[in-house]
Parts: sequence; structure tokens; C-alpha cells
Amino acid sequence: MPGILIYAEVQKGEIKKGSFEVTSKAKELGGEVSACIIGSGVEALAPELAKYGADKIYVVDGPEFEKYEPEAYVQAFAQVAEEVKPGIIFTSATAQGKDFTPALAARLKVGSISDCVDLSMSGDKAVAKRPMYAGKAYAMVEAAGDPQVFSIRPNSFPVNESAGAGAIEKVTVNLDSSKIKAVVKSVEIAASEEPDQTEAEIIVSGGRGMKGPENFKIIEDLAHTFGPAATTGASRAAVDAGWRDHAYQVGQTGKTVSPNLYIACGISGAIQHLAGMGTSKVIVAINKDSEAPIFSKADFGVVDDLFKVVPPLTEEVKKIKG
Amino acid sequence: MNTVVCMKQVPDTETLIKINPDGTGIVAEGVKWVMGPYDEYGVEEALQQKEKFKAGKVTIASLGPDRAIEAIRTGLAMGADAAVHINDAAFYEKADPYATASVLAAAVKDLEYDVIFCGKQAIDDDSGQVPAILGELLGLPVITQVIKLEVADDKIKATVTREVEGGHAIIEVSLPAILSAQKGLNEPRYASLPGIMKAKKKPVDVKIAGDLGVSGESMTVIKEMSLPPARQAGKIIEGEDAEQKAAALAKALHEEAKLI
Repeated sequence: MPGILIYAEVQKGEIKKGSFEVTSKAKELGGEVSACIIGSGVEALAPELAKYGADKIYVVDGPEFEKYEPEAYVQAFAQVAEEVKPGIIFTSATAQGKDFTPALAARLKVGSISDCVDLSMSGDKAVAKRPMYAGKAYAMVEAAGDPQVFSIRPNSFPVNESAGAGAIEKVTVNLDSSKIKAVVKSVEIAASEEPDQTEAEIIVSGGRGMKGPENFKIIEDLAHTFGPAATTGASRAAVDAGWRDHAYQVGQTGKTVSPNLYIACGISGAIQHLAGMGTSKVIVAINKDSEAPIFSKADFGVVDDLFKVVPPLTEEVKKIKG
Repeated sequence: MNTVVCMKQVPDTETLIKINPDGTGIVAEGVKWVMGPYDEYGVEEALQQKEKFKAGKVTIASLGPDRAIEAIRTGLAMGADAAVHINDAAFYEKADPYATASVLAAAVKDLEYDVIFCGKQAIDDDSGQVPAILGELLGLPVITQVIKLEVADDKIKATVTREVEGGHAIIEVSLPAILSAQKGLNEPRYASLPGIMKAKKKPVDVKIAGDLGVSGESMTVIKEMSLPPARQAGKIIEGEDAEQKAAALAKALHEEAKLI
């Protein structure tokens, strides 16, 4: 079994759950599991990776890594990869992972396989399953390069506590600043504690049936009732109408999501939308049009006016959760 | 300002995908082919920058078979000045992101550009890797998921806003650079009738493998394609009125689906 090196992503002072998921998967596959964590003041987080199976953790810690910038991060990770010489590299296909991974793979002169949802070994080579056409089709893909680089979609693998040796090594990186041609001036993150749609466990989504931006409050209320792992989404129709920001859009020209529960409110179910949420574990549709295509994919359907269903549903969920 | 826009012709988002019998690709018949939606934002931004600077040339670069000329002509009809069409089965039939980027890099490296625009991903393979690999091969900085662009008058630098998790980041980048377009960057124009007429006369430089001096070798291999398991319609929640249905739904999510 080839050695696996993981990119451990830090956001808001914490390691992303997706990074623990890929660490758990690496541990399950066997072989030596290493992880590399990059940032400013991140050293204290490193031991957490050992809980999920990291045998060795490389820490790149310094003020020059305070804000994520792909060139500096790629240089740092590539230096660690040069030392570790892993057969396989895993990243989590988060928003940052989707920026970082292709750049890293290109620097290592290999191809990467993005947004994988499953992975198995065939001899020393990993074969990944990944969606194409926003989930309308799947492909089994093998990487020819060495190392093989995979970004793994969040929520594809469970987090398992299974301790690794957890040796920590601080790495000093000599950045080639002549190659750094982009400077991050500022980062503005909304105060919201909601998870990204691609990582949320529950999504309450609104479509054309929401009738206007002011009405999204009722689906926000429902989402908040479910707790911190829930967030809201929107159909393309709602985004194109200017009711919601594009960051909320679920579907082929938005985000492809796979939560445990997807509640579609006033969404008819265009092909491009169904592709983007079709792998949700449970789908609920609330729509007054009984002919809406969304009902053909929904595990539970409510044919009624969403404005009469969603507020009492929020109350019922509150009651159950106590 | 001179720009290059890398563009891919892809199936329209409303297309139902079918897999061919040997499981190696999709059935092309019945597919409505369009310019990649994210590439459209790239074309529009290139045109807006040219208009702002009142000078420059917009060149579209695309790898694809004969049919790709339709999407190229769409870009020219929107207002692009010229195009490079890399039309060689040796490249496009099995091209993965690395091969695509190496072919595009070879095709555009001698053009004049301040910015190379790409869509943030092609909506067929959804890889989102070509901008990064292109940047590596051409030695240019890459900013992905761009939603706003301000190019300095001297065209030495640009201030770019990109989407990040939960918000956005503002980045200063030296030009030339590669920018991948995200929805929100602009509102693409429709081609006008005079634009469509003019597009027919604009130059399209068709290139084959021998012209470019690259192998276009892929780094990843698709072994087999499949369709996702079909979802069955589940149950319709019954009730006298909306409130009863809401209560019954909450109960089902709690007791049957065990999600609350």
C-alpha cells in the first residue's frame, strides 16, 4: 500500500471536517498516513489529525500563510510532498480544495481527479468514482501520474476515530517570492455560522414558488430549527430573479450537494436542479403543483401551498427537538 | 486590452445524459450543444474590458470537433474578434484536463494577451482544473471563481474579487493572469443579428496536432461511465389541511427517516 499524504485545511481556526473524512479514509486503506497543515498559528491543531489516523503531521506555520493564497500554499505543500514522496494525495473538495488541488497537481506535473465520491484500490493504484454533468452520470477514473492526486467531496466518507502515531514535524518553507504574483488584500466572510451548501447535512431550498426575496425568512427559520449543520439553498430561477445570491444556487450551474435531507420548497424540479441534488439521502418536496417533476424524485411529498406548510413544519420540528 | 477566452462546447443543462453501450462516453445524438455557461461569462468580461479600454482584441480558443465551431461562432457573434479552433481527434477524443490545458497552452502561447479568461469549470466533466494547469504551463498566476474585475489603466495590475467559502476575497494580481469566471461576474449579452452576420467573416484559425508540437497526453483515464441509480417517487403526505400535512411530514422525518 503506497503512503498517503493529506492536505489538512483550516477555516476559522479549525480543521475542516472534510479533512478528517479523508484522513479516516486514508487510515482505512492502510499504509503510512501523513498530513500537512498550513497556516498561521495552526500548530496547536495538528494533534487532532492523529485521532483520525495520521501517523505523521507536517506543520507549516507562519504569518506569511495567514491568508490562503494558492501559490504560497502549493509551494509549501509541494516541499512537504518532496520529502514524504507519497503514492497518493488526498484533499477535501471544499471551496478552497477546489482551488488548491488542481494547482498542486499541476505543480507536481500530474493530473488530479476532482470531487470524488468513492475510492478503491486496484493493486497500488487507486480508482475513484466521480460525478460528471453535475451528477447526471458517474465515471470510474484512474490517475496515471505519480503521485495520484484526489480531491474528495465532503460527506462522502465517515469520520472514524482510529489513532495514528501522530508524530509532529515543523517544516520551514523557503518561499520563492518571485512566483507569488497575487496578494490577498482582504477576505470578507459573512458572520453566519451556516455551513457551506456542499458540506451541510440538511438543506432547505427555495425556488420560484417563494415569490420574492422577503419570503426566504421562512425557509431560513426552518433551517435554523434543524441546528448548526443545516443551511438554505435556492433554485436557479430564484437566483436569476435576484432573490438570492449565487452562492446559494443548487444545480448544474450552482453547487452539487449531497445532504442527508433536502427540502425543496416551491421548486418544480428542472433537470439541471435535479442533477445537483439527486444524491441527497432523503428528499422532501413541498409544492402546490402535484404535477411538478420534483415529486418523482422525492421520498416525501406535500402537495400544498408552501406558505401554509413551512411555518407549521418549523413549529413541529421545534416540538420534536424539544 | 487583449484577451484570450478559453471556451468549451458542452451539452445544455437541460440535456438528459445517456451512456453509450461500451460505457466509455455519452450518447451524442439528441444533445443540444451550447457554449459553456461559465465560459460565456468569460467572453462577456473580455468584451466589456475591450470596450472599457476602447482598444484590443478578443480571441476565443477552443478544443473540440467540427460541431464546436457553432459555439465559437456564437462567441464571435457576441463580439469576439478571432478564434483558434483546435480540431484534431487525437486531442479531443480522450482529452483529460491536463491534456486539454497543454493543448490550449500551446495554441495560445504566442498570442498577445493581458488576461486569459476561462470558465470556472466546464459543465460536462466538471473537473475545474484547466485554469490551474494552464497557469502552471504558461507560468502565469491563476485566480479562480472571479466575480468582479477591475483592470488598472496601465494594465500592469488588476484587482479581482473571488468567491470563497462563506464570502469573498479581494486580490491584487499582476498581469498577465488567468482568471476563471464564476456566475455573478456579469450578465452575458445575446448576439445581435448584425453580430451574427459579421461573425461569419471573422477569422478562425484551425489547428491540428502537428501544428502545436505537444503530445496532448492524458494523465487520467476514464475506465467506465454509468448512470446514477434511478430515484423512485416516494409517498405523498396526506392530511385535511396544510397544518396536518406539516405535522405528518415532521412525524415521518422523525420516525421513518430518523432525521430529526
